[in-house]
Amino acid sequence: MLRYANPNRFMRLARVLTPWSAGLAVLLTAAGLWFALVDSPPDYQQGETVRIMYVHVPAAWMSLFCYVVMAVSAGVGVIWKHPVADVAAKASAPVGAAFTVITLISGAFWGKPMWGAWWVWDARLTAELVLLFLYLGYIALIHAFDDPARGLKAGAVLALVGVINVPIIKFSVDWWNTLHQPASVVKMGGPSIDGSMLVPLLLMALAFKAYYIYVLLVKMRAEITAGKVRALRLRQVHGTA
Amino acid sequence: MNRFLAIVRRDLRLALRQGSDSMMVVMFFVLTCILFPFGVGPEPNILARIAPGVIWVAALLASMLSLERLFLTDYEDGALELLATAPLPLEFVAMAKIVAHWLTTGLPLLIATPLLAILLNLHPDGFWVLVAALLLGTPTLSLIGAIGAALILGARRGGVLLSLLVLPLYIPVLIFGVGAVDAVIGGFPANTHLLILAGMLVVALPLAPFAAAAALRQALE
Repeated sequence: MLRYANPNRFMRLARVLTPWSAGLAVLLTAAGLWFALVDSPPDYQQGETVRIMYVHVPAAWMSLFCYVVMAVSAGVGVIWKHPVADVAAKASAPVGAAFTVITLISGAFWGKPMWGAWWVWDARLTAELVLLFLYLGYIALIHAFDDPARGLKAGAVLALVGVINVPIIKFSVDWWNTLHQPASVVKMGGPSIDGSMLVPLLLMALAFKAYYIYVLLVKMRAEITAGKVRALRLRQVHGTA
Repeated sequence: MNRFLAIVRRDLRLALRQGSDSMMVVMFFVLTCILFPFGVGPEPNILARIAPGVIWVAALLASMLSLERLFLTDYEDGALELLATAPLPLEFVAMAKIVAHWLTTGLPLLIATPLLAILLNLHPDGFWVLVAALLLGTPTLSLIGAIGAALILGARRGGVLLSLLVLPLYIPVLIFGVGAVDAVIGGFPANTHLLILAGMLVVALPLAPFAAAAALRQALE
């Protein structure tokens, strides 16, 4: 990990990985969509609307995954003063926020036919909404300072405070209200979902993950390049080059 | 300990001599609550139903109102740098300022609560639980809020940013604070809720000063 604290070394690796992750994302999405839309049965209760799940559930997983990546990167950035980790935390936040929005919107489209309402104040929906605000707070904070490095450091503290709080918020919101179905994929005694639906679901989850890696790499490369441009400009202004 | 108390005393003295802040917070608290009867109508039943929630939300907003200035004035006039170089660790400085913040905002809110309980027709059974819940919950609000207050030092539009950072983190306190009162009014014991509120306070008490001090160090770099 520390080997890639050197931005140049990281850039070399990222340049190699970017096209691979993009290709993987396209392949997995194509395969996942084919299984999800064509080669999987409609649900016996929910009918065709169950297909929303293949976008909704992976997006929900990613919304949490991105937050964890963000917090871990922020922690690494704080502990080892790892410059690339700081950039990863910053790049992860908007992607995670986007996944959260996708989860909420696709959930609304699913909720309307199933529950008869776009929105209900159910525990999981509420926790997801709060997660969105945690993302937005982080993004607002890192952009609120004139010095970008200071924004990243402040953001790191917030991300770490947030990661302690996410389980507490989750627990309290669960306590507060529960209507959403309990977890059906990851639980004791194996998944209760049929294999024909599990395959497209997992394919889509992997596709989302590959896409995330691709976007993350692109954003991190852009961020590091922007930093270099900033440094060059400063050097030009001060005339030390 | 003496140094710790010296900072608490200093902040209290500043608050008392400037006088306005605590009063403003209480006024804001009372006024926000008074708006609700105008918004939802004066029926006693509706007011009694929403009273715990309204009082809690207003208390939450009021305690946030004064957070922005928790470290900002010291940051701007340079006192924070002196405090950071003082022999007392910065964590304890943060803790002292949090204690002072609670004494100047949380406590006055608590004192104003009986008035609001009457105005909003709160069920008499719920009153003491509401007081207990506020007593356990408002220190947690000050502790969490201090992290936000330290993070926004030197930021643009700090006040608005602070609310965006802090309000999502306040939600658990709100849920269990209101839950305790609703439970008692509904005829159930409130012990569980109060214990969880106490638990959150016990967790926030050691952790929040660390996070706040880490944020302060960055601001001073």
